Amino acid sequence: MTEYALDAKTPDGPIAEQWDEHKFAVKLVNPSNRRKFRVVVVGSGLAGASAAATLGELGYQVTMITFHDTPRRAHSIAAQGGINAAKNYRNDGDSVYRLFYDTVKGGDYRSREANVYRLAQLSVNIIDQCVAQGVPFAREYGGLLDNRSFGGAQVSRTFYARGQTGQQLLLGAYQALLRQVHLGTVTLYHRTEMLDVVLHEGRAVGVVTRDLITGDVRSHTGHAVVLATGGYGNVFFLSTNAKQSNVTAIWRAHRRGALMANPCYTQIHPTCIPASDDFQSKLTLMSESLRNDGRIWVPDQLDDPRAPDQVPAADRDYFLERRYPAFGNLVPRDVASRAAKREVDAGRGVGPLKNGVFLDFSDATARLGRDVIEERYGNLFQMYERITGEDPYTVPMRIYPAVHYTMGGLWVDYNLMSTIPGLYVLGEANFSDHGANRLGASALMQGLADGYFVLPATISDYLAPLLGTDPVPTDHQVFQDAEAQVAEQVRALLDVHGSRSVDYFHRELGHVLWENCGMERSQASLEKALAEIPALREEFHKDVRVLGDGESLNQSLEKAGRVADFLEFGELLCRDALHREESCGGHFRVEHQTEDGEALRDDEHFAYVGAWEYTGDDAHPNLHKEALEFETVHLAQRSYK
Amino acid sequence: MKVTLRVWRQPGPNARGAFETHELDDLSPDMSFLEMFDVLNEQLIAEGKEPVAFDHDCREGICGSCAMMINGRAHGPERGTATCQLHLRKFADGAHITVEPWRAAAFPIIRDLCVDRAAFDRIIEAGGYITVTTGSAPEANLTPVPKAVSDAAMDAAACIGCGACVAACPNGAAQLFTAAKLQHLNLLPQGQPERWERVVHMVDEMERWFGSCTMHGECEAACPKEISIDFIALMNRDYIKAQFKQRRLAGQHA
Amino acid sequence: MSKVGETLSTEDQREDADAAERLARSTGAPIPRSRPVPFPIQFWRSAIGKKWAMAVSGIALLGFVLVHMIGNLKVFLGKTEINTYAHWLRTLGQPALPYTVVLWALRVGLTIAFVVHIVAAAQLTRMNHRARPQRYQSKRDYVAANYASRTMRWTGIIVGLFVIFHLLDLTWGQLSPHFVRGDPYDNMYLSFQRVWVAGVYIVANIALGIHIFHGAWSMFQSLGWNNPRYNRWRRYFATGFAGLIIVGNCSMPLLITTGAVSR
Ligand SMILES: Cc1cc2nc3c(=O)[nH]c(=O)nc-3n(C[C@H](O)[C@H](O)[C@H](O)COP(=O)(O)OP(=O)(O)OC[C@H]3O[C@@H](n4cnc5c(N)ncnc54)[C@H](O)[C@@H]3O)c2cc1C
Ligand code: HEM
Ligand code: HEM
Ligand code: SF4
Ligand code: F3S
Ligand code: FES
Repeated sequence: MTEYALDAKTPDGPIAEQWDEHKFAVKLVNPSNRRKFRVVVVGSGLAGASAAATLGELGYQVTMITFHDTPRRAHSIAAQGGINAAKNYRNDGDSVYRLFYDTVKGGDYRSREANVYRLAQLSVNIIDQCVAQGVPFAREYGGLLDNRSFGGAQVSRTFYARGQTGQQLLLGAYQALLRQVHLGTVTLYHRTEMLDVVLHEGRAVGVVTRDLITGDVRSHTGHAVVLATGGYGNVFFLSTNAKQSNVTAIWRAHRRGALMANPCYTQIHPTCIPASDDFQSKLTLMSESLRNDGRIWVPDQLDDPRAPDQVPAADRDYFLERRYPAFGNLVPRDVASRAAKREVDAGRGVGPLKNGVFLDFSDATARLGRDVIEERYGNLFQMYERITGEDPYTVPMRIYPAVHYTMGGLWVDYNLMSTIPGLYVLGEANFSDHGANRLGASALMQGLADGYFVLPATISDYLAPLLGTDPVPTDHQVFQDAEAQVAEQVRALLDVHGSRSVDYFHRELGHVLWENCGMERSQASLEKALAEIPALREEFHKDVRVLGDGESLNQSLEKAGRVADFLEFGELLCRDALHREESCGGHFRVEHQTEDGEALRDDEHFAYVGAWEYTGDDAHPNLHKEALEFETVHLAQRSYK
Repeated sequence: MKVTLRVWRQPGPNARGAFETHELDDLSPDMSFLEMFDVLNEQLIAEGKEPVAFDHDCREGICGSCAMMINGRAHGPERGTATCQLHLRKFADGAHITVEPWRAAAFPIIRDLCVDRAAFDRIIEAGGYITVTTGSAPEANLTPVPKAVSDAAMDAAACIGCGACVAACPNGAAQLFTAAKLQHLNLLPQGQPERWERVVHMVDEMERWFGSCTMHGECEAACPKEISIDFIALMNRDYIKAQFKQRRLAGQHA
Repeated sequence: MSKVGETLSTEDQREDADAAERLARSTGAPIPRSRPVPFPIQFWRSAIGKKWAMAVSGIALLGFVLVHMIGNLKVFLGKTEINTYAHWLRTLGQPALPYTVVLWALRVGLTIAFVVHIVAAAQLTRMNHRARPQRYQSKRDYVAANYASRTMRWTGIIVGLFVIFHLLDLTWGQLSPHFVRGDPYDNMYLSFQRVWVAGVYIVANIALGIHIFHGAWSMFQSLGWNNPRYNRWRRYFATGFAGLIIVGNCSMPLLITTGAVSR
C-alpha cells in the first residue's frame, strides 16, 4: 500500500499574502507553448465550465465532457439563493477577513485556513467577472448592485439574480465556454459519461468515457485531467440534488488511488417540502429566508385531528422558540433540522404521512399584512402551492429537512490537485473549503473561484515540466486496458438479468443511509448500516434488472452504473462517520452532544481531515490524516442559546 | 387516480416510431407528471419491457431537460410551467393523456421522448456571449445599470433552453429562444460593443436550423418562463438595423 | 489551429447531415461564417430580411387596397363621379408628365409589391416545412395561434387568384361580356349582375380581410416596431383595417347584385 504524505502545499508567510506569494512561486507556461497542452475537463457545472473556458482563453487545448445534453443543464443551474462576496457594498463592516472568518467558523473548524482565505479574496473578482459577462444581478434604483443577507450572516454580502442565481452564473460560464468552443480551443462532448480515470506511470493521463447515445466506449487523452463533477447527495436517493448528480466520477478516481476526504460531512437543509407519497422522486428546497417570518410548530397532542388553524396557541408547541429562546426559528440549519426530526420521530409529525412540521405565516401575516408577505415570499409560496396544491397564505406550510450538499469529496492540496499527480478536482467534488458545514451562498462562490481563478493559476506548475512531451496516445495499453474494464463493467450489469429495478436498490440504499447515517448518527446505527449496505450491494449484483442493450440510449443502464458506485461509496461514508467520534457541522453523533443537544466537537483528537485510501477491499480502507492548524481563527465552541 | 397514457415509442433516431397505450391505476394526484413516468417505467421493467426514455434532471423547472408534448401542448396544459412542475391533480381521474417528443428537424429524436437540442448550443456558439477574458473585468459597480433595464434583461435571461418554443411553433421556429438569449445581452450596457455582430451571427445560425416566425405567438404561450414575444420584435429590429449599418462601424451605439 | 490529441469530425456541420449524423457530434470545429455578400442579397437571404420585405410590400398593398376601395366606393355617387375619378387616375401628373405615366408607375410599383410579397411568402413557407419534416402525430391544441395566423397562406393564395380573375373581369374585360374600356361604372354594374361573380368578390374580400387581420398586426413585429405603450393599438389597427376592407369592398357586390342600389 502507498504511503501518502498528504502535503497540502500551503505556502507559508502571513495568510493575507499566501496566494500572491504562491502565484509568483508556481512555474509558468509561456503563451505560445500553451496550445501544446491538452487538458481534459469533466463536468460542466460552475466549476467545470468556468475552468474550461478560462483554460481555453489562456490558450490550452481543452476537452470538455458532460453527460448532459448541453453544458448549461449542469446541476449548478438549480442554485437559488445567491453568491457571497466580500465587496462590503453595504458598508456594514464586511471584509475579506470577515468572510474568511465566518466561513471557517461556519465550517465548524474543520477546513483549511489558507484555502478559505484565498476563497474570500477571490470572491471579489468573481462578482466583477460575472457582471462583465452580463449576469443580471439584482440592482437598486440607482443602478448599482443589490445585496441580501443570507444564512445567518451578520452582514449583507449575498449577490442574487431573482431566485435563479445559479442559473444566471452558470449561463455566464456556459457562454464563455461556448465562445471557446467556437474559437476551437475547447472540444465539447455532450451526452458522454466519464467512467474511469487512466493512469500512466502514476500520473493521470486521460479518461475513458461512454457515449450515452451510441454506447461507444472511448478514451480521451491529455496532459492533465480535471474533475468538476459535483456532489454525491443523491447517495441518499431523496435529496434536493438533480436526479443525475452522482458519485461515479470521483469514486472511480478514488478506486484509482485518489483519497476521499471527509465523506461523512453531509449538509441537511431544514426547509424542504416533505415527500407526498412513496413515489416521491426528489425533494424541493424552499429558501431559508422563510424562517425569518414563519414560525415552526407541531400540535402538542399526538395525531391531533383538528385543522391547523383550529389548534389554539395553547395546544401548539413552537419547539424551536422553546428550546432556543435567543435564536428561536433562526437557529442554524443543522440544529433546526435535528429538532424537527425529533418531533417527527416522536410521532408528532403533521401532514398525511406525518412527515413534516408546520411553518406558519399566520402571525406574520397578521402583523405585516398579506401584501408584505406576498412581496417577500410570493414566488416561494407559488412554488409551494404548485407542488403541494395547498395555499400557504391560508394553510401553514409543511416542511422537513432533506439532504442538500456534501462537504466531503476528493482530497486536494492548495493547488486543487488530488493525490494522483495530474488529477485536479474542483467545486463540490473536492472537499476543500467548507470544512464540516457550508454556509449559504458559498458553494457557487467556491465553484467559480476554483474554475476562474485557482486552477488556471496553479495548473501550469504541473504542466510546465511536461513541455515537449506528447499526451499518451489513446491506443496505448493503459487506455486499452481501461476501456476493456469499462466495457466489461457495462456488460456485467446487462448480464445480471435479475428481477428488481435499479431504482428499487437506490431507494433501499437511500433509506438505510437516511435512517442510520442521516441527521443523527450513532455507533449502533452506523454499524447497522455497515452490515446492511454490503448485503444490499451483493443483492444488487445478483438481482438487478437492466433491460435493453448497450448500443443505444439506455437510461436504466446509466443509472445502474451510478447506483453500483453509490453502493460502494455509501459504505465508506458510514465508515468515516463511525470513525469520527465527535459531532461537528454536518456530522452529528448522538454520543457527542451537550445536554441541550448541541454538537460537541473534539478538537484534541479530531481536528484533522480524514482522507481514505481505497485498498480494493471495501471493508478496510486506509485512513490518512491531514492535521488542521488554526493560527488565525481560534478554536471555539459555537452556541445558539 | 386512473390514467390512460398514449406514449410515443421510437427505438432510435432513424427508426420508425409509434404510440403505445398503457393503463395506470392508483396514482396519487399529488404525483408529478414525471413521477407518473417513473411508475410507468417500474411497471414496464417488472413486465420485462424496456422503460420509456425521457429527459429530466432538476425536476424543479430550471434545468430545461424535461420536454414532452402533452395532449398537443408543449409542457402540458398549465401555463408557465415545465413538464416536471406539472402535477396529476391538473388532470381528471381517468383522463386520456397523449405524450409525444418535440418535433423539429433541428431536434432529432434520440429515443422515445428524448431529442437532441444541440442546435441551441450552436446558436450561442455563434455569438451568444459577451467577450470578457477572465481577470480583465472592471470593478462590478463601475457601470450602473438602470433597474428597469437589468430587470428586462433578467426577464429574457430566465430562458431555460427547453425548446418548448420550437416545439409549439407551427413553423418550428426558434425565434423566442434566440430573441431571449440575444436580448438578455443586447439590452445591457456590457453587451453593446458586440451588439450588432451578435445579432447577425446568432440569427444567421438560427436560420440554418429552424423555421421562420409568422407571429403565431404559440411559443410565448408554451414557454415555462412566459418569455414575451416582444423580444422577437426587438431582435428583428436589431437585425434589420445591423444589416443596414455600415459593417465596419458595427459595434458603435444605437 | 493545431490540435493536440484530438481529431474532429465536422459531419454535423453539413446542412444535409441526417439525424444520426447530427447526434454523432463533437463540437469544436468553428462554425463557418457565411461569406459576406452585397447587403441586399445577404438581407434577402435571411428570413428576417424576407419578412421585412413582406411587411414593406404588405404596407404598399394595404395602401393600395384602401385607396382602391375609396375610389371604387364612388360608384354609389353615380356614373360621372367614378368615371371622372377613373379618368383623373389616367391624367394624373399631366401636363408635367404624359397621359397615364403616373398610373403606370403606380401599376409597376404595385406589381413589384405583389411579386416580392408572394415570392417571399413562398420561400418562407418552404423553409418552415423543412423545419418540421415530420408533423405531430397527435392532435395539436393551439392556445395563441388563431385561425387567421394559421391560414395566411391560403387567404393569400385566394387573394392572389382573385386579383387575376379581377383583372380579367374589370381591367381587361375578357370575363365580362359587355366590357367597355374606361367605363368602370357600367363595367361594374354589368359584371355584378352575375350573382356568381359577386359571390367570388365577396369570398375573396372576406379572405383578404382575414389575411389583413393577422398581417396588419404581424408586420409591426416584423419591422421591429414594438413598444409596450402602444402594442395594443397594433391589434386595434389590424382589426379595424380588416373590418373596413371587408365592409367596404363587400358592400359593392352585395348592394349592386341585390339591386339595393341601381343605376
Ligand atoms: C436546490 C439547490 C440550491 C442551491 N442553492 C445554492 C445557493 O443559493 N448558493 C450556493 O452557493 N450554493 C447553492 N447550492 C449548491 C451549489 O449549487 C452546488 O454546490 C454547486 O453548483 C456545485 O457546482 P459544481 O460545478 O461543483 O458541480 P455541478 O454543478 O453539480 O456540475 C456537475 C457536472 O459534472 C457532470 N458530471 C458529473 N459526473 C459526470 C460523469 N461521470 N461524466 C461526465 N460528466 C459528469 C455533470 O454533467 C454536471 O455537468 C444549491 C444546491 C441545490 C441542490
Ligand atoms: C392586397 C393583398 C395583400 C395584402 C394587403 C397583404 C398583406 C400582408 C401583410 C401586411 C402581411 C404581414 C407581413 C409580415 O408579417 O411581415 C402579409 C403576410 C403574408 N401574406 Fe400577404 N398580403 C396580400 C396578398 C398576399 C398574396 C397574394 C399572398 C400570396 C400567397 C400573400 C401571402 C402572405 C403570407 C403567406 C403571409 C404570412 C407571411 C409571414 O407573416 O411571414 N399575401 N400579407
Ligand atoms: C369589391 C371590390 C372591388 C371592386 C368593385 C373593384 C373594382 C375595380 C375596377 C372597376 C377596376 C378597374 C379600374 C379601371 O380600369 O379604371 C379595378 C382594377 C383593379 N383592382 Fe379592383 N376592385 C375591387 C377589389 C380589389 C381588390 C381586393 C384588389 C387587390 C387585392 C384589387 C385589385 C385591382 C387591381 C390590381 C386593378 C388594376 C388597377 C389598374 O389597372 O390600374 N381590386 N378594380
Ligand atoms: S424561450 Fe421559453 S420555451 Fe423557449 S427555450 Fe427558453 S424557456 Fe424554453
Ligand atoms: S410560435 Fe412561432 S411563429 Fe413566431 S411567434 Fe412564436 S416563433
Ligand atoms: S427537469 Fe429540469 S426543467 Fe424539468
